[in-house]
Amino acid sequence: MMDRREVWITGVGLLTSLGEGMETNWNHLERGDPPLYDDKTFAPYIVHQLPAMSFDKQIPKKADQRQMELWQRAGTYAAGLALSDAGIAGNAELLDRTDMIVAAGGGERDVAADNAILAGVRKSNKPGAFLNERLMSDLRPTLFLAQLPNLLAGNISLVHGVVGSSRTFMGEEAAGLDAVRVAWARVAAGQSELTLVGGSYNGARWDVLLAFELGHTLLQGEFAPVWDRGPNGGIAFATMGAFLVLESPEHAKARGAKPHGKLSDLYADRNERNPGESEAALRRQWQAVSGKVDRDHAAIISGATGIEPATSGELIVLKDIGLPVRNTGTYIGHGVETQFVANLGLACAAIEHGKLFAPAGSGDTGESPRGLSQVLVTSVGNWRGEGLALVERAD
Amino acid sequence: MAPKRDKAGRPIVAVTGIGVVSSLGVGKADNWAKLTAGQSGIRSITRFPTEGLRTTIAGAVNDVYKDYMSPAEFSERIATLAAEEAVAEAGIGSKGHFPGPLFFAAPPLEIEWHYRIAMANDAGLKDDAGYAELTNVARDARFGEIHKSLKYGVLGERLATHFGTEGSPISLNTACASGGSSIQLGVEAVRRGECQAALAVAADGSLTPESLVRFSLLSALSTQNNPPEQASKPFSKNRDGFVLAEGAAALVLENLDFAQARGARILGILEGCGEKSDSFHRTRSSPDGKPIIACMKNALADAGIGPEDVDYINAHGTSTPENDKMEYLGVSTVFGDHLRNIPISSNKSMIGHALTAAGAVEAAFSLLTLEHQRIPPTINYNMPDPAITLDVVPNKARDARVRRAISNSFGFGGQNVCLVMTREPA
Repeated sequence: MMDRREVWITGVGLLTSLGEGMETNWNHLERGDPPLYDDKTFAPYIVHQLPAMSFDKQIPKKADQRQMELWQRAGTYAAGLALSDAGIAGNAELLDRTDMIVAAGGGERDVAADNAILAGVRKSNKPGAFLNERLMSDLRPTLFLAQLPNLLAGNISLVHGVVGSSRTFMGEEAAGLDAVRVAWARVAAGQSELTLVGGSYNGARWDVLLAFELGHTLLQGEFAPVWDRGPNGGIAFATMGAFLVLESPEHAKARGAKPHGKLSDLYADRNERNPGESEAALRRQWQAVSGKVDRDHAAIISGATGIEPATSGELIVLKDIGLPVRNTGTYIGHGVETQFVANLGLACAAIEHGKLFAPAGSGDTGESPRGLSQVLVTSVGNWRGEGLALVERAD
Repeated sequence: MAPKRDKAGRPIVAVTGIGVVSSLGVGKADNWAKLTAGQSGIRSITRFPTEGLRTTIAGAVNDVYKDYMSPAEFSERIATLAAEEAVAEAGIGSKGHFPGPLFFAAPPLEIEWHYRIAMANDAGLKDDAGYAELTNVARDARFGEIHKSLKYGVLGERLATHFGTEGSPISLNTACASGGSSIQLGVEAVRRGECQAALAVAADGSLTPESLVRFSLLSALSTQNNPPEQASKPFSKNRDGFVLAEGAAALVLENLDFAQARGARILGILEGCGEKSDSFHRTRSSPDGKPIIACMKNALADAGIGPEDVDYINAHGTSTPENDKMEYLGVSTVFGDHLRNIPISSNKSMIGHALTAAGAVEAAFSLLTLEHQRIPPTINYNMPDPAITLDVVPNKARDARVRRAISNSFGFGGQNVCLVMTREPA
């Protein structure tokens, strides 16, 4: 293994149901204000939608906004926040060599068009020909571009000018973990000086709800904190965007950039979710990182989804680890590929404030350590994606 | 013995296994024979009704397809075939254990029309039922299998299980550059010393009415449906779009020292990778060609070579008016006067554009070009575009001395990747 460099987080961009920016999100969590969710629009399902907002600040051209569906607008907006926060927005020389790794699924379908075609094709005597004809007449060319996973990255290049390189990872929570893992490894190994990494998700759409309900993974009925959704628990989806700027300390110092924190360790694992495997993976990861942890100044931020048995399984492991625990899913919902990135951003906020935010639900236990300087961020995805990262104060 | 290093002091990345599936056939021997014979894999579509479509041809992988396979199942199938060929050739690991990570370029997955219709009918939903009603019956046990094919990571997961690769498998998509990106990620992981070997796989088996319609609506496809074999004509004056195709390819990438220590046959060296994104437009490349020029230059720089060291260019060569013009601008800027000594051919003239898989399939063919010292032609080159003065190896394969090849992949969303390959370590 080559000599590893430290990897600093010099930019954080967050857009969630609680609003935009690290501080807005932190303040809500720190006060322990009730989560903001919508249990009407997609009843019996619950979604954490973005607040009514204008995207103009980060996506100035309306023409660009029109070419994107909400997931891309959310992601492009959050990427802009991260670039601004890192002090590289608008700096063509730096953006020209900024690398990018995005974790994304596909975009929105045209639900109205799909519904109309479905109704027609079922009545048609020649369903094949009917489908061709209606797809040719009803699909909007621009919508296809809004559906391609790599077009979030494409829009970020277009709107913000990030053009060093661009890769899009697919695969739910594991894609978010792996995007950060590869970005981190590249900066650590000197393959990149400056990388924008993150993703976005829009769970407030019927096509996504259908796909996940087929897997019996949605929370129905009454809202409850992630830890307290019971044996039939599930996901309350979010619309969110989250991006980080990872940078080598040498590069950051040379341009006078300050770190929010450093990403000191990251493990991503794969198992087939046979009973006990998910928990065992998390325990192995904890064993691997535990030597670096100062128990008096450390805490855990969990990315638990609310799906069972994964959620209670994770909580058993976290209790055994014995550090204070907070979850974010109760406050901001679950953003699949994006959740882990958002939680790394919130970990930075916690380290900068030197404390944890308010508990939400029965699994959030332990007092915040005084002078919090280390946060372990977990991921146990909806079907794959066990991961653990260590974010530390960077001085 | 001291570990071998490249000019930048990094581990050297060797290719020890190659697997290919294309519209020409299954396996690299069959593909190579047909490719160098100038055969086309483009046919009229028989997989679904084409009534009402402007384009009715494709480079489908019909040898493997079985009725009613979904794009997910079919992509997995051809990915598996290609990777089995590559892993067997490399003779690496043991059955069910590949000693390194998987980087898999996969097409995006969605609920297919077939499923929506079947769900609505099976659940006896009223005539105008839509997503809300489908979601209400989604927990019905009859539909339990559908969701498994809807996870974006599922194909990578299944491949990881089948081949026993190590760690979290990475599924990726960079549009038409995806195959190149999967190889680049593998090269970088070996160079970082994270692993001694990596399995780079790319597959696209997503020929459906909707995929065809989407590209059709962007006016990207050739509509010269008769005869199908002549529709893909890169660099020709009368080129009118690409031909959608399916395909898969796999490369076993290894640290050269590790490969030699276990006595593996070295099929080629992945000497350099370059990327550069475009911020001009979602589907068109920057009119000054700067991003694709920078992409190729980055690849040459990564390999530590100059333009004069390149003997062959495996073009992206899609046969769209836009791409071929821009690629010409790009190569003529990067290679200057030396370009007249460099043959440049497009495999897509024969196999069509395999989208997610194209970059890997064409990297595999570039490595075979190096191995056999024979350049596959650009077929259907009967009406040269006078604005594009390239040696496109017209219509017939050519024996040539090829020490080093580059392969270009340029995609929607401004994704550009260029790979540099040699036969022997420099």
